[in-house]
Amino acid sequence: MRHIISLLMENEAGALSRVAGLFSARGYNIESLSVAPTEDPTLSRMTLVTIGSDEVVEQVTKQLNKLIEVVKVIDLNDGNHIERELMLVKVRAIDSDREEIKRLTEIFRGSIIDVTDKSYTIELTGTSSKLDAFLDAVKRSAVLETVRTGASGIGRGEWILKV
Amino acid sequence: MSVELTGAEITIRCLQEEGVQCIFGYPGGAVLFIYDELFKQDKVRHILVRHEQAALHAADGYARSSNNVGVALVTSGPGLTNAVTGIATAYMDSIPLVIISGQVPTSAIGLDAFQEVDTVGITRPCVKHNFLVKDIKDLAETIKKAFYIASTGRPGPVLVDIPKDISQQKTQFIYPDKVVMRSYNPVVKGHSRQIKKAAELILSAKRPMIYAGGGVILSNASAQLTELAQILDFPCTTTLMGLGGYPATDKQSLGMLGMHGTYEANMAMQYCDVLVAVGARFDDRVIGNPKHFSNENRKIIHIDIDPSSISKRVKVDVPIVGDVLDVLKELIKTLKTEKTKPDQPAIKDWWKQIDLWRERDCLKFDRDSKIIKPQMVIERLYHITKGDAFITSDVGQHQMWAAQFYKFDKPRRWINSGGLGTMGFGMPAAMGVQLANPKGKVACITGEASIQMCIQELSTCKQYKLPLKIVNLNNRYMGMVRQWQEFFHGNRYAESYMDALPDFVKLAESYGHVGMKIERPEDIDDALKEAFKLKDRLVFMDFITDQTENVFPMVPGGKGLSEMILV
Repeated sequence: MRHIISLLMENEAGALSRVAGLFSARGYNIESLSVAPTEDPTLSRMTLVTIGSDEVVEQVTKQLNKLIEVVKVIDLNDGNHIERELMLVKVRAIDSDREEIKRLTEIFRGSIIDVTDKSYTIELTGTSSKLDAFLDAVKRSAVLETVRTGASGIGRGEWILKV
Repeated sequence: MSVELTGAEITIRCLQEEGVQCIFGYPGGAVLFIYDELFKQDKVRHILVRHEQAALHAADGYARSSNNVGVALVTSGPGLTNAVTGIATAYMDSIPLVIISGQVPTSAIGLDAFQEVDTVGITRPCVKHNFLVKDIKDLAETIKKAFYIASTGRPGPVLVDIPKDISQQKTQFIYPDKVVMRSYNPVVKGHSRQIKKAAELILSAKRPMIYAGGGVILSNASAQLTELAQILDFPCTTTLMGLGGYPATDKQSLGMLGMHGTYEANMAMQYCDVLVAVGARFDDRVIGNPKHFSNENRKIIHIDIDPSSISKRVKVDVPIVGDVLDVLKELIKTLKTEKTKPDQPAIKDWWKQIDLWRERDCLKFDRDSKIIKPQMVIERLYHITKGDAFITSDVGQHQMWAAQFYKFDKPRRWINSGGLGTMGFGMPAAMGVQLANPKGKVACITGEASIQMCIQELSTCKQYKLPLKIVNLNNRYMGMVRQWQEFFHGNRYAESYMDALPDFVKLAESYGHVGMKIERPEDIDDALKEAFKLKDRLVFMDFITDQTENVFPMVPGGKGLSEMILV
């Protein structure tokens, strides 16, 4: 099952490599990983998407907690949460395709952020599956380049991950 | 303005503040300033090894036998890479060490400088934590943190990498009294509701079993473990790492369990209805195939300081996260207040069953052999040292025989590389043990293959007059490899024969020690007695043993605990 794990860690050189090293050393999957400093610059917040059985994911969170620089870990699947991912897609847009792609972008609530006479660059935000759906909707041969940030997640309402 | 100290002075001052009396190391370019400061003081004694691997094993043996943090000092590049085996050994067995490594100057890091390696990167998977000190102002606090992290929670090695320019720069020296880390707060106390649940389960047991591991030794809880077993009249088995955690000569002891554990321990482990696991981790050499283990229905209570050890290989029913010592104290207190008493008739029947298993006499061997049986040497060593020696071992058959035949009644007397299985561990570890226990009798049980992996340390032993007794069980084979080849690879002894062995007697003598070669069973006692009489000399006893002897019982890889091969 897909799990989205959120963690706070000391914003120190090498902390990221400890997390990445843990996943490779113990054979866990990383689907995506996104990290950046929080409002408190001494802390970084990381969102990790991993796939594994409940037992494996329990081990993943325990092992992450064991890392000295990790302050807190939660499995967002344990409660209601929101997840978003940002994607930039460059697509070939010529002739009648231009109108079609524009309409599709509107349907997906994306925006076109760069235009040339041959291409559009589209910015799209949503759950990872929505981004997948957009890519499925666009003609495969039209996609020139994609960049995705990986998912970021946050608990709903009063569920807060803070030191 | 107070006096400023160099990074090198600060490093040594920190060690002094931590009360470190003895460190193990080898000098080199990146640590020259630190060695210069060592030279100018006499509070911290430095032991010069002959290879960095030995520095780590010696610091490790020092820590295991004394309950202090072991300290090693190595230079950058090859100094550090040589040390990695020793660091990984300590990591697998959760031994508290602080390793100080030199690094090339900060300005040269990343430029492929002479003797540069990415120390933090190389050691990351085999340390509890590591640091690269990039600012002299952080040095003292970093070393404080290193000692704190190494010795608390589940212990482990912590490395501090100090670039050469940092050891040369100056700053004011303030050693913090304590460190507070928001990201590191190990749990000590067990959850009282879980302890209550455990007590109820324990008192409902009809076929109980206590299974104790290295955590009991590390948290100094053998007295509490013994009390727990004895107030309940429960059988107790210990893992390879837990030997000495429960007195082996006590009637409730079933000896070691696992791949080469006793028949009674493995059977009781498999068929108990309530299992109390204390500071142990259900590893592959202990329970064999976890699926086979789970075939039997039993309730498991698991006490461990490391949450990630719980439900890792075997699902448990009552997990208790906390320091073994604290939890056992609370558990004993709770048991004493419970109204229910243990089910004595059921436990009596259980003991009857266990006694039947014991009658199988699984450790028997040919006592009338004309060739020396390795088991016999260890049994005699046990009697001649009255069970009171510190025993280190290398890795292989001799290690298993030592674990089976030397009966440890006290903790911290059995020093071996359990998790990583590091050949070459025995002699350097024994050096550390001897330095931590100058008056103790220290013997290293080894084989002719293992001993050659750190044989150069005979020179260190000479320099510091370490009167180790080396018990070399020489069967001219990598015995454990040969045993597996005999059982599972059609007797094809691929590269497991030890050809061109040195004359160990002459070798010992050339290093200035006493060498003995023992070839007949009737000479074992005299040799051992004479060796221990030579109180201030290292004695290398080369016992020429039966080449074909195997370690029994054996749970083959992938098999279950009750599927032992017996003699």
